[in-house]
Amino acid sequence: MTTTPAPATGVFDPGAAAAEATARILRDTLDGTARGVVVDSPPGAGKSTLVVRAALELAAAGRPLMVVAQTNAQVDDLVLRLAEKEPELPVGRLHSSDSDPYDRALDGLENVRKSAKAADLAGLDVVVSTAAKWAHVKTDEPWRHAIVDEAYQMRSDALLAVAGLFERALFVGDPGQLDPFSVVGAEQWAGLSYDPSASAVSTLLAHNPELPQHRLPVSWRLPASAAPLVSDAFYPYTPFRSGTGPGDRRLSFGIASDGSGPDRVLDEAAASGWGLLELPPRHTPRTDPEAVHAVALVVRRLLDRGAAAVSERSPDPVPVTADRIAVGTAHRDQAAAVRAALAALGVTGVTVDTANRLQGREYDVTVVLHPLSGRPDATAFHLETGRLCVLASRHRHACVVVCRAGVAELLDEHPSTEPVQLGVTLKFPDGWEANHAVLSHLAEHRVEWGP
Amino acid sequence: MSLIGTLARLEAVESGRAQPLATVRHRHLSDRPLVLVPLTTAGEAGAPLGALVGTDPAEPRLLVVAQPRDRDLRFAFLADLAEAVVPYLDGYAGEVEAAERSETDPETGKKVKVEVELCADAPQLIVPSRAGVEYVRLLGRSTRFRRTAEDDPDTPYPAPARVPLLGRWLTHYGERARVPGSSLLLAATDLLNRHWATGQSSLEDQHLGALLAWIEAGDGESGAEAALRAELGRDAAGQLLCPPAGPATDPTFDNRLLAPAIDRYDRARQALGAAEEGELADARLGELHRAEREVRRLVASQLKPTWDAVWRCLELLRGLPAGSRVADRWTRDRWSFTGHRDRVRSGEPPQPRRDDAVTSAQKLAARETAQAQLEAQEALDDPLVLAARRLAGEAFTAEVLDVVPAWTESKRPSPRPLLTVRTGDVPQLGEGVKVYRSLDGRPQSAAFVGYEPEDGTLVLRLLDRMGRAKNPAEGTVPVKGDRIVWTLFEHDQRGGPKLPDPEDTPWTHGGPPGEPGAERPDPVTPEDLL
Repeated sequence: MTTTPAPATGVFDPGAAAAEATARILRDTLDGTARGVVVDSPPGAGKSTLVVRAALELAAAGRPLMVVAQTNAQVDDLVLRLAEKEPELPVGRLHSSDSDPYDRALDGLENVRKSAKAADLAGLDVVVSTAAKWAHVKTDEPWRHAIVDEAYQMRSDALLAVAGLFERALFVGDPGQLDPFSVVGAEQWAGLSYDPSASAVSTLLAHNPELPQHRLPVSWRLPASAAPLVSDAFYPYTPFRSGTGPGDRRLSFGIASDGSGPDRVLDEAAASGWGLLELPPRHTPRTDPEAVHAVALVVRRLLDRGAAAVSERSPDPVPVTADRIAVGTAHRDQAAAVRAALAALGVTGVTVDTANRLQGREYDVTVVLHPLSGRPDATAFHLETGRLCVLASRHRHACVVVCRAGVAELLDEHPSTEPVQLGVTLKFPDGWEANHAVLSHLAEHRVEWGP
Repeated sequence: MSLIGTLARLEAVESGRAQPLATVRHRHLSDRPLVLVPLTTAGEAGAPLGALVGTDPAEPRLLVVAQPRDRDLRFAFLADLAEAVVPYLDGYAGEVEAAERSETDPETGKKVKVEVELCADAPQLIVPSRAGVEYVRLLGRSTRFRRTAEDDPDTPYPAPARVPLLGRWLTHYGERARVPGSSLLLAATDLLNRHWATGQSSLEDQHLGALLAWIEAGDGESGAEAALRAELGRDAAGQLLCPPAGPATDPTFDNRLLAPAIDRYDRARQALGAAEEGELADARLGELHRAEREVRRLVASQLKPTWDAVWRCLELLRGLPAGSRVADRWTRDRWSFTGHRDRVRSGEPPQPRRDDAVTSAQKLAARETAQAQLEAQEALDDPLVLAARRLAGEAFTAEVLDVVPAWTESKRPSPRPLLTVRTGDVPQLGEGVKVYRSLDGRPQSAAFVGYEPEDGTLVLRLLDRMGRAKNPAEGTVPVKGDRIVWTLFEHDQRGGPKLPDPEDTPWTHGGPPGEPGAERPDPVTPEDLL
């Protein structure tokens, strides 16, 4: 995390603002009287850093705690960060009894104890596990403290299963990312405060509206070119700023453009942070072969042209290697098709995944297959605000969107028609609005596929 | 929609006939289902207009409310409906078989086997459409809190006996219909749409007449033409040839035929009330009967085509053999029926208006498990369904080319043989991804090891179900030449974690719901007394 104020941000000092917000959160968590504290964090605002810091301070104050995360990858990541900050701290990693249940990197950490039984980890300062595993733990003596990470992605029924384990908790999450979902209909409970398919935070706040709520005001990940768009499109009432200024992040190529669509869109993205590679309009199957090929080609050219990034982390250009690039899609079969196309072009090591799985991850450059590209209809799934938000907020430098032309028209033909449910808080902006906002911004960085 | 579903729809358009989506029947059909075709009154929620109900296609029982806004007539209708439905349900309550259920012993906290009754078969309700399922739920909601004179002698408008009981059963069936794969209450359109793809949109597929037209098209007429006729065709009097499957009626029928007939009935009733002389009263009573018969005839004319269509649908589905795992799901339906039978018998109050936090979470978890189980079972039962999963990379069929014995590196080595298999499918496999096959009806798992670089064949490592000995038990390891279906999804579903008891609802969910007890009946509002 940097504290260098950028000249272009004027009087706003992102480092100071973030430090002040963190101090308030820790004060409420450590000394407050409320049973819960809720922290909203925009993409890349130092949420994990906050979780680690809160866990360390609670442990240092002699208050053992449990940490609830949503996926095993998140749990392992948290344990690694805790051990990195405080190698002496006794940490427990509660894991499932499946084969290969945790990251092998944990085996190298001296003070991390791993077990599938909660009893084996009793007495450790910090015990970390997934919500699914915690749900099977029984205890007579609840923990005095808990930290619930990614609380907006946790379902209300998952919180119901673990809430008996702790007395007080710090809930941290990003309200703009994908909402939890259910594979079966849950409309019959829509509008109930404890709707089991809603997010844990909405249930928590419906029953405990007096809980203190905080917000992290600075995104350290998003560059100055992306923060305003993401903030306006997805967080219109809770704006945030980028931690770096317009000139702090730069992307350059060792090899000049050959004039092709992929090269021109890369140049555009390097210059402005955004690029839209537009293919001719067409209705296609989900795994649109041309769009998938275009995505793969953009990645290939990005690597071939020797992209290098300059950022506040280092004064010298750092090569953008395959592991710093991600491709985001809406569906798993699309991701599989992109992986196959990349393999055919001889590209390895690039992360290709769906929005759901890219949540919480960070890359230098992302290439996104637009969720509505080539579709004849705009369903609630493809319009979901969180999906586009995740895809548009994973990058530190630039984001290239590959899309068929005609999405704006498609949106106009498919206004939101979800039934209105009584008692349900409307999520704003809705996906329709957010999609239009992003599209109109991308239109300024449009490059056509053809020469 | 799956790729193969889209293909089937395209083929339906091209050929002019619905195309099969399944080779077996994926829902249980009772030998003696109760078909219920309800109609409702336009403009007033929950005011039934009439129904055909019965277990014999040749002998439907016609129930009609001649003046739907008359609460007494409505109660009489509900009493008649209860008379038709409740004895049918009761007929299945008596025949039981012994079964075991594991329960937690309240004293020791240990799981113990308890001997319980399980109904040998369960009653099945069939309605024409999803709107019919909704209507069953609505009838249940509007009647289960009613009080009979026996429940409460002071109740101002006592419901006929059995009506609240009918409401509880309809509520149970309506709620069970939300569980994926359940067959206690089915909609005919859902049954047909599961097994056939038509060349029309899924919205149009909700029209029972149009759906049947696609499936039964032939003799020189395409499904599209027949469906259009079913949707729009009208006779010389301007009435639909194929009336809607309800519960809503066709507005043209309401305006031109039904409303005048009900008016005549109202006038005849008033005239009868005003008549003082015996002879005149007799004549007017005759008039009233004629007017009522006319309303009944009209309502029957709208119900009968749908009644016949529902039975036709059942006949079509009986033409398909049942999938092998359908009986397993039906057993769960029998448990559901038995459970509610026991709750009614033990005098528990009707289902609450709203689920509490724990109940709703439990229901959602149970339905998600049922959904995953249904998807897996349908694919395992039916090669056509499996084909869709294979196309999506979620399953593959492969021929075993080679088997190499191997063991774990522990003190007591267990068998972990390596299989080399060849497939023409494109499964989405990554290192360590687990795949499953069915071995004597139970899942055996294997882990994906990698692709052979030379020829692209797959290497799998078998992980379980090979017995406890050092060498695998006979028949548990595939042999060279076997063709095996592997799935990337699990065949069985693990149950979720145990949730707290409702009285232990945590602070995050509002704490305990408070005193459990029977909910009060719905208050009488001015609108109930039009």
